[in-house]
Amino acid sequence: MNNNGHLISMKNVTKVYKTGKIHVDALRGVDLDIGRGEFVAIIGPSGSGKSTLMNIMGCLDMPTTGEYHLDGRPVANMGIHQLSSIRNKKIGFIFQNFNLLAYATTFENVELPLIFAGKPGAYRKQRVMECLENVGLANWAEHKPTELSGGQMQRAAVARALANEPDIILADEPTGNLDSKSGGEIIDLFEQLNELGRSVVTITHDMNIAHRCHRIIRIMDGLIESEKHNGNGRDKNLTQD
Amino acid sequence: MVREFRAQKLRMALTVLAITWGTISITLLMAFSVGIERQMHKASSGMGQGIIVLWAGQTTMPFQGLPQGRRIMFRPEDQDLIKARVAGVDKISGEYMRWGVTIEYGKKQVSKLVSGVYPDFGEMRSHYPQPGGRFIDQFDFDSKRRAIFLGWKVAEEIFGTVDPVGKMVMVNGIPFTVVGVMVKKMQDSSYHGPDEDYGVIPASTFVGIFGDPYFDNFIYSVKPGVNTKTVEQDLFRVFGSKYRFDPKDTHALWFWDTVEQAEVTRKVFLGIKIFMWFIGGMTLVIAGVGVANIMYVAIRERTREIGTKMALGARKGHIILQFMTEAMFIALFGGFLGILFSLAITRAFWLIPMEGAMEFLGRPLVNWPVAIITVITLSTIGFLSGFFPARKAASINPVEALRYE
Repeated sequence: MNNNGHLISMKNVTKVYKTGKIHVDALRGVDLDIGRGEFVAIIGPSGSGKSTLMNIMGCLDMPTTGEYHLDGRPVANMGIHQLSSIRNKKIGFIFQNFNLLAYATTFENVELPLIFAGKPGAYRKQRVMECLENVGLANWAEHKPTELSGGQMQRAAVARALANEPDIILADEPTGNLDSKSGGEIIDLFEQLNELGRSVVTITHDMNIAHRCHRIIRIMDGLIESEKHNGNGRDKNLTQD
Repeated sequence: MVREFRAQKLRMALTVLAITWGTISITLLMAFSVGIERQMHKASSGMGQGIIVLWAGQTTMPFQGLPQGRRIMFRPEDQDLIKARVAGVDKISGEYMRWGVTIEYGKKQVSKLVSGVYPDFGEMRSHYPQPGGRFIDQFDFDSKRRAIFLGWKVAEEIFGTVDPVGKMVMVNGIPFTVVGVMVKKMQDSSYHGPDEDYGVIPASTFVGIFGDPYFDNFIYSVKPGVNTKTVEQDLFRVFGSKYRFDPKDTHALWFWDTVEQAEVTRKVFLGIKIFMWFIGGMTLVIAGVGVANIMYVAIRERTREIGTKMALGARKGHIILQFMTEAMFIALFGGFLGILFSLAITRAFWLIPMEGAMEFLGRPLVNWPVAIITVITLSTIGFLSGFFPARKAASINPVEALRYE
């Protein structure tokens, strides 16, 4: 293991998208370590590769070259089922556009990862309600996403991400579709989760949000351009560059 | 699982509709085909099943010094001659006919055809009695009883609602007892007008009253497995030697072979049936394309949802299982509805009285193998056209599925 005990450890990760004859170098050699309990913001202009980075981190996509170790295990060697299992149990993914199933209730949406994990019904019921209480949506369990406000929808998505108690929360512009007040509430939630020891990585355009994180990583043209520590982070484990 | 249906209400409904509609179309097409076939068979056997009508003609060839143009007439003893000399003949009955016979009951009086026949005539010519009555029997014949068997239309005309059996009618002023009335039947061919409209008495009685020396015709059937053409040749030989005409003189005897005719009818209907199967097959293809189209679009549109589920840790199996359950449900539900509607529609047709055109449409009958094959085919098409896109969506990187718009 060459990850120094980091939760996320990337060495010279690249990603090339091929569409026909056009090759797009989305990532051009990223080295990045994220430890347990970190609260990290990834910033950068559109098209800089930050979403690509996050998708690779979340095992939604595979790097073209380079090494990625998640919790000490090389992702490249994992089969499709192992990847599903990792996404299910180790990672909680939050999307900009929520990606809630429109036809299912809040409860049913939060229940999905537990179903995929094969948890029994009684446990699922209890766990879903716990998660909904954590995000303040206990009274909205039987409502459809369309009946919720944007902030509530994203909180439902956070509850869903938490269902299987993942090691790390990955959020791709979670406040991008929210007003500043709702967005603030989401970041409040992230802070609480982080204080309880969970790693949180979020992409954001909003510098106010970035400054609430402990570490800011700026991506530019597929490379990490700079890193900054806000100094109030719980984990001071620094990367080499 | 049922949750998923709520979102896809319209598409699910359309898929169910496509399967239902396809099943109904094909099942009904085949149901009517069965109904029409049975009706045609019934109608063609109305005059009698497997019978041959034999008339005496006129010679057209000089024979053994006799000139051409002689009339041949059948005598009563010819019946025994045929029985003794033509082995292929099974049942036979000579028939005397007289038109314009007065039949009266009370104040009602009609003028009808009356035939004099042998007891075997009834079965050969499908003269089945209505409950409570019977056809002319051997006793009537032997004792020359004045017994009459009436077509149902004649019976209705003179008796109205009164039960004719056992009543006395006057036939040309002579009292006859009505022994039976014919059951209603379909009849698409006849050699003396429809059977509903005449009366039948024993040949012996007929001769006693009208004194006819010659039969108008014979009705006979052949034994199972015997070729009707062979029997015809035998008859030419036997009658040729008796009445001295050339057995090759085709105008001396005339035959109406309903066995041969039934074979033609069967072939015509086989053609119609092949045509209907062809239309059915085409309908199945169209319905299949419809189902495939809806399923294919539905799964493509759901690729994002599949991506989300994959991101949440769903395994390929979860996605495919969900899809399969859905497809099964849609297929079974659609097929069930289709068969249910088909049954209901065919039942409804059974309630329409068999009159006019309905008499030829008959009673449609659901052909279960066809219905089930249709449902299975449409389900399989729907299943496959959804299965492969679903499997593909579950096999790519979740990020690609999520990006799908």
